[in-house]
Amino acid sequence: MTGAAAEYTGIDVDGLIDDPETKVVVCCGSGGVGKTTTAAALALRAAERGRQTVVLTIDPARRLAQSLGLRELGNHPKKITVEGFDPKGELWAMMLDMRRTFDDMVLTHAGPERAEQLLANPFYQTISSSFSGTQEYMAMEKLGQLVASDEWDLIIVDTPPSRSALDFLDAPGRLSTALDGRMIKMLAGPARAGGWGIRKVVSAGFSMFSKAVSTVVGGQFLADASAFMQAFDTMFGGFRERATKTAELLRSADTAFLVVAAPEPDALREASYFVERLSEESMPLTGLIANRTHPVLADVSANKALAAADALAGNGEGGSVTEAVLRLHADRVALAEREQRLLARFTKAHPSVEVAGVPALPTDVHDIDGLRAIGDRLASAATARDRA
Amino acid sequence: MTSFSGPATAGIGWTEELTRARLHFVTGKGGTGKTTLATSLGLALASGGRRVLLVEVEGRQGIAQVTESEPLPYGERHIASARGGGDLRALHIDAEAALLEYFEMFYNLGFAGRTLRRMGAVEFATTLAPGLRDVLLTGKIKECVTRTDSDGRYTYDYVIVDAPPTGRVVKFLDVTRALTDIAKTGPIRGQAEAVVKLVHSDNTVVHITTLLEEMPVRETLEAVNELDEADLRPGAVLINRMRPVRLPKDTLADATEGRIDVERLRDDLDTVGYSFGQDALKGLIDEATEHAIRVTAEQSALNQLAEGDLPALELPELTSGVDVAALYEFADLLVEQGVR
Repeated sequence: MTGAAAEYTGIDVDGLIDDPETKVVVCCGSGGVGKTTTAAALALRAAERGRQTVVLTIDPARRLAQSLGLRELGNHPKKITVEGFDPKGELWAMMLDMRRTFDDMVLTHAGPERAEQLLANPFYQTISSSFSGTQEYMAMEKLGQLVASDEWDLIIVDTPPSRSALDFLDAPGRLSTALDGRMIKMLAGPARAGGWGIRKVVSAGFSMFSKAVSTVVGGQFLADASAFMQAFDTMFGGFRERATKTAELLRSADTAFLVVAAPEPDALREASYFVERLSEESMPLTGLIANRTHPVLADVSANKALAAADALAGNGEGGSVTEAVLRLHADRVALAEREQRLLARFTKAHPSVEVAGVPALPTDVHDIDGLRAIGDRLASAATARDRA
Repeated sequence: MTSFSGPATAGIGWTEELTRARLHFVTGKGGTGKTTLATSLGLALASGGRRVLLVEVEGRQGIAQVTESEPLPYGERHIASARGGGDLRALHIDAEAALLEYFEMFYNLGFAGRTLRRMGAVEFATTLAPGLRDVLLTGKIKECVTRTDSDGRYTYDYVIVDAPPTGRVVKFLDVTRALTDIAKTGPIRGQAEAVVKLVHSDNTVVHITTLLEEMPVRETLEAVNELDEADLRPGAVLINRMRPVRLPKDTLADATEGRIDVERLRDDLDTVGYSFGQDALKGLIDEATEHAIRVTAEQSALNQLAEGDLPALELPELTSGVDVAALYEFADLLVEQGVR
């Protein structure tokens, strides 16, 4: 069922995952496009083709996680052993727990005594559980740890379910800006934060603002925040530095980005932003996975199918299976044409980006067989291109 | 309009309770069509000459995109006319602008406000205390709901909010928690208290958009529980992209196994003078099999959704995609299903 995949340029998925130089594959895209499943399917395929693979998932569907034995799992990779799965390499999987990752980071860098203080700080609790950007930051942190451990030769990363694919790149920076310390020092005690020339200009306004903010967020909150920052800063030179380091990792030659998008206007628009951004930042883009397409499986025009269906209906055969099958086909042609139009718009705007269409499976994927089927579809997009 | 097979939810349609509410939040898992359905609901409620405000809070200009209009400013603007002379306006609430507006009102910051904004101080304050952001956004929404014209009539008959997705919506609405954490005193506390009263009253309902797939249905049911626990009112489930069941019911189970008689297909086509090749016939059967598997899975998702015990409104999959005309089509379908 590779039909319409041949319409796209294709991505050499097997070439990518077989290449020993490929160390990290990041699957990104906006929410609801099938990133998690794509990442898991790629990892499974890579393991079966002989690589020591680990997949870092963020929020897998419950049944998929269960079928991989992921529910009983902590914040560390676990080897997947399922009946009927006997890969040449190995498949390990883990599910990100952002709070635990943050806690571990504090425990690793602060001594036990100071760590305890930090973990109990109310500001730390807010930041580690509800700041937008923490999840992305911790996904990067975890990726850094997996790379550093050197236990796997291929790491496949799913990214958090944000509205915008760009969040994965921007959010860590947002967190580090918020935690950078300069602003909080100014608010908590403007007198101590020298060196900001601009402060003089607005000093009157600022002290009023500072007062207003502390009225709103509460003086205690600011004091907690300030105490937290100072401890953290001395611990390892602040968040910003760390975020910069993980960003460098993503820029390196052994990382590959796959942008996943559904053939829908919103998802493709997000994919466009993301592709442009990757190229601005010289990050290595492998291609776009147009996920869950609906290629036409029968070479019959919609008009002909509808004409035949109408003739059957006129013949007293309305409501028959044959009529239904013909009308379904006409719907399918319309859907496939729309998807191709949307993808054509994307390829025109980004001619250098390779696109692989991955036909939708009719059901949700929640077992090894389903993942294997997705993997086959991912890889056959390349075969179709080679034939063309 | 295609008829769908029997509802498995508490019932199709709009209830009396929903008619009484003036503030409608629309949440849902990402990718299920929140913005599209919030806009369609706005058009449906505005039909017959009413004034409706559609509010966006996440700064991504989704409303401008679905209505194919210019990006929305921080101000209320007419975006569409509904049937029967209704007026649909839209407002994009920017938390930073709302915070500055608020400081201006109570602290007279003057030009320093703009400078502070440039320095990122405002963004800092609104992101650092995430609850503060939500208090500001919901505060502005409350102001829109309660605003009256000089003749004493409400400025808006209904206010619809394209709300944060299911995972965050309760935190967003339940400002009580955020408020006890941050604002101990001052005018913002008073504002937050008024918001708490409004969102927990029967003037407010929270609709959930979903697709008939595993993850969105699961998130819908989780959201219903969370809303109940937080003493917020779940409204209707808006089921998006429903596929009509095309195959005759008694053939569906066989079709999921690929059991469709190719000879019968060939013979039927022959009677009306058509002849397709073997590959084409096989392809047609493969397509019909996929369809049968999908609609069967959708039926079981629908049964699962019934656990939520909410009224449901159904909207079909549009193979041509969603454009402005489709928003009106959806609005008509919502009205047909009782929205008023």
